[in-house]
Amino acid sequence: MRSIAVVGASLAGLNTARALRRKGFDGTVTLIGAESAAPYDRPPLSKEFLAGTVDEADIGLGEPEDDGLELDWRLGKTAVRLDTGDTAVELEDGSRIRADGIVLATGAGANPFPGALGLRTIEDAKALRERITPGARVVLIGAGFIGAEIAATAANLGASVTIVERARVPLSGPLGAELGAVCAGWHATNGVELITDTAVRSVGEHEVELADGRVLASDVVIAGVGARPHVDWLAGSGLRIDGGVVTDSQCATGIPGVVAVGDCASSHRPFAGRVQRIEHWTNAITQSAAAAGTLLGSPEPPAPRDAIPYFWSDQYGMRLQFAGQRAEDDTVSIVDGDPASGKFAATYSREGVLHAVLAVNNPKQFGRLRRDLSTQQASVVALA
Amino acid sequence: MISVCSIDDIPEGEAFRFNADVPIAVFNTGDALYAIDDTCTHQDASLADGWVEDGCVECPLHAACFDLSTGMPSGPPAKKAVRTHQVIVSDRTVYVAINETPAELPVGEEIGVA
Ligand code: FES
Repeated sequence: MRSIAVVGASLAGLNTARALRRKGFDGTVTLIGAESAAPYDRPPLSKEFLAGTVDEADIGLGEPEDDGLELDWRLGKTAVRLDTGDTAVELEDGSRIRADGIVLATGAGANPFPGALGLRTIEDAKALRERITPGARVVLIGAGFIGAEIAATAANLGASVTIVERARVPLSGPLGAELGAVCAGWHATNGVELITDTAVRSVGEHEVELADGRVLASDVVIAGVGARPHVDWLAGSGLRIDGGVVTDSQCATGIPGVVAVGDCASSHRPFAGRVQRIEHWTNAITQSAAAAGTLLGSPEPPAPRDAIPYFWSDQYGMRLQFAGQRAEDDTVSIVDGDPASGKFAATYSREGVLHAVLAVNNPKQFGRLRRDLSTQQASVVALA
Repeated sequence: MISVCSIDDIPEGEAFRFNADVPIAVFNTGDALYAIDDTCTHQDASLADGWVEDGCVECPLHAACFDLSTGMPSGPPAKKAVRTHQVIVSDRTVYVAINETPAELPVGEEIGVA
């Protein structure tokens, strides 16, 4: 293998390029990014960057050591076709990059909602930053993690914030109804109105109409209604797509020399026993090492701790951390602290088997519980 | 040399955090006491909240592991070492001699803002 093209220059793509070099690959590495901005970290976009406490330079993912990686950068170039016969990537400008190995790391984009703004890129965040001013009437569509974080930041900036959520209990998918309700309660505590069990019918110039006929006056309307992977350009490539690009647990697709990582990959997850697309920050980091190992023929299975999904969210000064995946019939137990106090840890388990852990403002207990979870998961996977 | 706390204030596996020019944490691994800068070099997380095992502390946010004796991270996402400081125990009181090299801070953090 003499040349590798990485399509996607964000967290997963950049880290895969770094991992290739770390593992001794000395051929050409071409890094293709659709955005013209140098790689940056996305989690701060809904928090510190939106609040204006950090700037563009602060959230850059680049490190001084990256100069030594000798990457062939192609930023501001969108890939439009993958030719798997010749392992080549065709770009929007008509150019074609042939390589012996291809890394698909195109990520995901925010689902659009007609008339509403979204938040996925640094440009989106800058546009929101200008509009979320003190007193501005901000309506958020969706009370998921992104919606809740934007709401918290906007409220902190002095905006008057309303969230409209379709589900009866926000976050009940990832957290379950019981603890989802606990987190949803933080909105009211912080002066943000939460309307649940209600869909948005339409977004107008200065108002939002709800399915029940109510009309909310608005200056800014922002949708946080999930993301979908950037995989449309791969149609006809011969790759299997199921949500994202289907891979095995080590990021290999069905086509030799092509791997997929991060938000655009539907990878086999040993802990779940099936293929799942995971949009977490840590998943992108973990998979980048695996993908580089697979391409170079030196597989490197992740440490047990890194093999279980993990995400965090910061809202209203609360830090929520979650590891594992809950099942519908899990028993939820508060094992430390008290949800009402704003500091607690909870487990999700069934018949003595731990499936997931949640901690709020309780990183130490979270660290301990996550270890229990990964030790147990490792033994379950080893038995399977 | 700063007088920090009593040795009884730091049970095994725990850490004691105090403010010098930046926050500093003293860890008790059971074998020894170690002092390092408390703020992860990656982003804003307090290492005193991290899990201590095998002479390392795991960052509570993204799980980079820092060697308590050298301050070096074992792998991503942290890349820079935290400063280490000398710990002296006398009469059950824990003292820390602050390392004079400037601290490595994550983005958005400034010295004096804790
Ligand atoms: S903040 Fe410590 S590893 Fe990211």
